[in-house]
Amino acid sequence: MKAPSLSAWFGRGEIAAPPDIESAALRSDRFRLEREGDWRRLEDIVKRMEKGGLRRVDDDELLALPTLYRTAASSLSVARETSLDAATLRYLESLVQRAWFQVYGPRKGLFGWLREFLLGGWSRSIREIWLDMCVALFVMVAGTIVGWLLVEQDRDWYYRLVPTQFADTRVPGASREQLLETLAVEENAGGLSSFAAYLFSNNAGVAILAFALGFAFGIPSLLLLVYNLAVLGAMFWLFAGQGLGWEFAAWLSVHGTTELFAILLAGAAGMHIGRSMAFPGDKSVLAAAAESGRRGAMVMVGVVLMMVVAALLEAFPRQLVGGTENRLMIGGGMLVFWLAYFLLYRPKRIGDEA
Amino acid sequence: MNPALAEAPSLPNANAANKRERVLITPEGIAVPITVASRGSRIGALILDFILLYVGLTVFVLLLGWIAGGLFEEIVDNADQNVEGAGEFILIVFILFLFLARYGYFLGLELGPRGATLGKRAVGIRVAARDGGRLTPEAVIARNLLRDIELFMPLVFLMVAPSGEMGNFGYAGLAWLLVILAIPFLNKDALRAGDIIAGTWVVEAPRTKLADALSTQGASRGTSTLTGARYDFGEAELAVYGERELQTLERVLRENQSDALSAVHETICRKIGWDPGAGDERAFLEAFYSQLRHKLESDMRFGKRKADKHS
Repeated sequence: MKAPSLSAWFGRGEIAAPPDIESAALRSDRFRLEREGDWRRLEDIVKRMEKGGLRRVDDDELLALPTLYRTAASSLSVARETSLDAATLRYLESLVQRAWFQVYGPRKGLFGWLREFLLGGWSRSIREIWLDMCVALFVMVAGTIVGWLLVEQDRDWYYRLVPTQFADTRVPGASREQLLETLAVEENAGGLSSFAAYLFSNNAGVAILAFALGFAFGIPSLLLLVYNLAVLGAMFWLFAGQGLGWEFAAWLSVHGTTELFAILLAGAAGMHIGRSMAFPGDKSVLAAAAESGRRGAMVMVGVVLMMVVAALLEAFPRQLVGGTENRLMIGGGMLVFWLAYFLLYRPKRIGDEA
Repeated sequence: MNPALAEAPSLPNANAANKRERVLITPEGIAVPITVASRGSRIGALILDFILLYVGLTVFVLLLGWIAGGLFEEIVDNADQNVEGAGEFILIVFILFLFLARYGYFLGLELGPRGATLGKRAVGIRVAARDGGRLTPEAVIARNLLRDIELFMPLVFLMVAPSGEMGNFGYAGLAWLLVILAIPFLNKDALRAGDIIAGTWVVEAPRTKLADALSTQGASRGTSTLTGARYDFGEAELAVYGERELQTLERVLRENQSDALSAVHETICRKIGWDPGAGDERAFLEAFYSQLRHKLESDMRFGKRKADKHS
């Protein structure tokens, strides 16, 4: 028995020579033996690509891949018409399929994709769902007003709307001093970064939920937006009642402009899917869902990034920077930045988008 | 270049997997056979993934506890300020790890060159684009964001439900879970909600090795190496079987189990009216296989196909 060579351990084993072609009694087997070398070469390349992407494959092989793939595919269709060797047919089917996955595999790496995403892909996908964003904005404003009005009519609504974790001292009847204290700056930065991490994980979860619920024709996404903004409206009412409306808005705006924008995008992306499934136009429902789903996914990657920014803003500047004007400056600055990035920044498309 | 899907032409080896076979036309017009993954294997892959995630998280928590435990004692002797710093760091690592585990595991692995999570790899299936084009990062992201409401959210509802704290949310979660679990059974490609949104499907990814050519071995070429006998079959004797039987015979020869060989040998001999001897079954079957295949394949070239012994 031949001792295994070292190269066999790295998947570059010798390709076994086929048996003597003339010895084959059947025409279909001669056909197979003549082409076997190419098939095995293709299999070898594909196997290495499956293991570790393009690093394990050199340029010559990468150039040969499409040709070998087409050869194998045409071998398969010939074999189907002329050969009854089930093992060979099965092998060819699996080989052609695996090669196809590699030929049509993700060409851009994650880094390349991210670059294209930040340099235009993201803002383009956001402009494409402008109609859904308008609806989401309307629903969010309406939710805030509804929250305010409900609490104004009946204070019990406050306890129903606002989750218990917020309702420490911020309850109806609290004094101006107590409320002002909740808007104050922290004395040191201890514990704030874990707060940021927690906020990020929590808020990104909510945003993803708003997106994913769009699958049910967008209605749950809208309800989620209404509910979350009704909480905001209720708290706004509480602070405004003590003449702290402006201070509360400034406190909130530091991270709120980024976070609420991200929630708006997530809800709009979810609704975009639901809307395109309900009204697919001249496409099939499946095709419409897939197209809007991919667009929504682009938006959602951006939403997660915005949530990181919002969590950092919420944990550090909001807790450490005092003064209504300073806070409003940060919040307003972020809003201007996002709007400029999404609306004014319109680079040309890079490469193929197909 | 309009990639289209069509039902596969029925192949000779008719079996249960046939219903799941599709032909995918690639952008350059090559027909690639695809088998949609069975629902059972997808559930199996999901369970495997969940076990892996759960075990991974448990190991991570234990490791973190072990490291932080050591840290803790060290910190107690030092100033208070450090406790916050180190403990906080551990907490951040933990929260971010949970987030990454929840989304990154599926995303990262399905974006790789195999297009499959570890569980999917184990059962031999992978994710592919339904239109025959590239599997894009957007598609993988979309199908995995949906996993959140399909599984994680209703499961959390169900776990919290027994405490009674959430009232009817438990029932709502259960109803939602049942609806979501029903979706893959309501369409023929076993698409789940995430697949519908992302334009993907899950297909089998077989990795078959090329078996040796049977007709270049043993008695296929001529005489038995054991007894020196030569088996020749006439036209009428070969006419009793079709493609289906040929492939059964091929499987038996490749598996090479002696009792199966002798059973098939006896059946064939009875069918064609020979006297079944003993001791040289394999050579007999090799010769019969290659001559039957030769006959069926030359008939194929004239457009005559015989699917099985009844046709």
